[in-house]
Amino acid sequence: MALSDEDVREILRIIDSSQLEELTIETPAFLLHVIKGATTSSPGGAPLEALPAPTPTPPPVAGTLEIVAPMLGTFYRTESPSHPPFVDVGDDVLSDTVVCLIEVMKLMNHIQAGVAGTIVEVLAQSGELVEFGQPLFRVAPDGA
Amino acid sequence: MTIARLFIANRGEIAVRIVRTCRELGIESVVGVSTVDRDSLAAELADRAVVLGPAHASESYLRVDTNVAAALGTGCDAIHPGYGFLAESPALASAATAAGLRFVGPPAQVIATAGDKLKARALAQDAGLPVVPGREIVTLAQAEAFAGEHGYPVLLKAAAGGGGRGIKLAGDLEQLRLGHALARAEAGAAFGDERLYIERLIATARHIEVQIAADDHGAVIEFGERDCSTQRRYQKLVEEAPAPALAPGLRTELLAAGVTFARAIGYRNLGTVEFVVDVAAGSFHFLECNCRIQVEHPVTEAVYGLDLVALQLAIADGEPLAFAQADVAAHGHALECRLVAEDPARDFAPSPGRVTRFAAPTLPGLRVDTHCRDGTLIPPFYDSLMAKLIAHAPDRDGALATMGQALALLEVEGVATNRELLARIIAHPRFVAGDVSTTWLAEALR
Repeated sequence: MALSDEDVREILRIIDSSQLEELTIETPAFLLHVIKGATTSSPGGAPLEALPAPTPTPPPVAGTLEIVAPMLGTFYRTESPSHPPFVDVGDDVLSDTVVCLIEVMKLMNHIQAGVAGTIVEVLAQSGELVEFGQPLFRVAPDGA
Repeated sequence: MTIARLFIANRGEIAVRIVRTCRELGIESVVGVSTVDRDSLAAELADRAVVLGPAHASESYLRVDTNVAAALGTGCDAIHPGYGFLAESPALASAATAAGLRFVGPPAQVIATAGDKLKARALAQDAGLPVVPGREIVTLAQAEAFAGEHGYPVLLKAAAGGGGRGIKLAGDLEQLRLGHALARAEAGAAFGDERLYIERLIATARHIEVQIAADDHGAVIEFGERDCSTQRRYQKLVEEAPAPALAPGLRTELLAAGVTFARAIGYRNLGTVEFVVDVAAGSFHFLECNCRIQVEHPVTEAVYGLDLVALQLAIADGEPLAFAQADVAAHGHALECRLVAEDPARDFAPSPGRVTRFAAPTLPGLRVDTHCRDGTLIPPFYDSLMAKLIAHAPDRDGALATMGQALALLEVEGVATNRELLARIIAHPRFVAGDVSTTWLAEALR
């Protein structure tokens, strides 16, 4: 007797809804060993996601300024996934306008523009690590 | 090995050293750097460098949250703190572990206990290790009673303090009266706590430390001792393994004491148990336990033919030690000289600047651990260590000869260094004879 994929899934459902922590079924045809709550790890660990490359430093653009990350952390353009971005290209910002969040170990830091002008380019990806000093936005300053 | 990508929370030669082992093991490495270390050798050799913050260590290398965030943000699964900076910070160990990273070092609780000198001392005493005679006192009468019991000289310091500040040395009763009054007033003013700690000073002491390794499965072994007696202002300059002119019986006792302490504190990973050895009395006392890889670890690597960083990673990965005590043996003798950017003409003041030329010779038995090359900037913000020269030979004379040659052939330009001092030390008859204590160098320089 062999087990189909559906059989295995059915057994897992039964164990999930039972009080059992561990189950071993051994027949001449197969051995099934299930442990509830355990995570399996393949030898050598989980497949590694490619190491994110550093964001290349954008060349300066005449007549514009950059808003740079005042700290290392995870860059977010929105207050939460359901919110619109704090700022977008074409938006006017004041020095104290919040332009993004940088999260450092669950601590959300509201980052202000530090300059008055118009956002002309977004230079960092939301949800990605930004380094200290990394350019986040390009701004055409007022009166430039 | 399940560690696939390692975050290195350090800089300088030790960051380079750790990257090299990662490369040999096929582990990816990410180094966190400050803005002034962006173009450092470690940043270049690592698979990736991330800028943690500004030059001042308090805003970059010493920030627990930033280092952990950088490790997570670059997909690392472990964090190596090196030495110095956050290496003995229980906060980093616990934050890393809480974030699901493997911390390459002992658990936070062990670091905290070892870092509390009085607790560590009590633990050593309970484990049957000899400790330097000392106790807490308040009154002058108590201080006098202690000196009467143990003799002079004695050291007095604030029990609540630390870091070697405000230590008073008393060689006789008169100095004790004066020192006690001063120390008590200072302790009260600085800490709001007049309790003092009085300790017997061991005048001709050697500083000898035991390298230990402990896995998660209860195994503890030692990799011999290192002699680090050649110091200036508590800064080690030359280290060696094994310790010269150490009676075999005393060595055996020291090594056993190191293992005993490691077991008593529940040690994990690589660590060092330090002792002061009273040469005249032929005895030793427990000093402290360092929960990190030591600067001078290469002398142990040389004589044992080991990669201690690889061992740290294996232990952090949960692997059992691959060898038993009976399987490890030392071969030959190794010396290490620390080349620092310090100006002998200005009383060894740090001499940061641009290294215009750096070339170490290639000699049989010589290893050079460095972050320097032509054009390297030695920033004024961090320690002044430029390179470690490690000479290994079948015997001590051979190691001394190799080191002498290495120091003579080393080319360094652009910053003042202690090279001449190192050359003089290793050629000095007292050093050659293996007859130095921790106060020798200061006396010899006078």
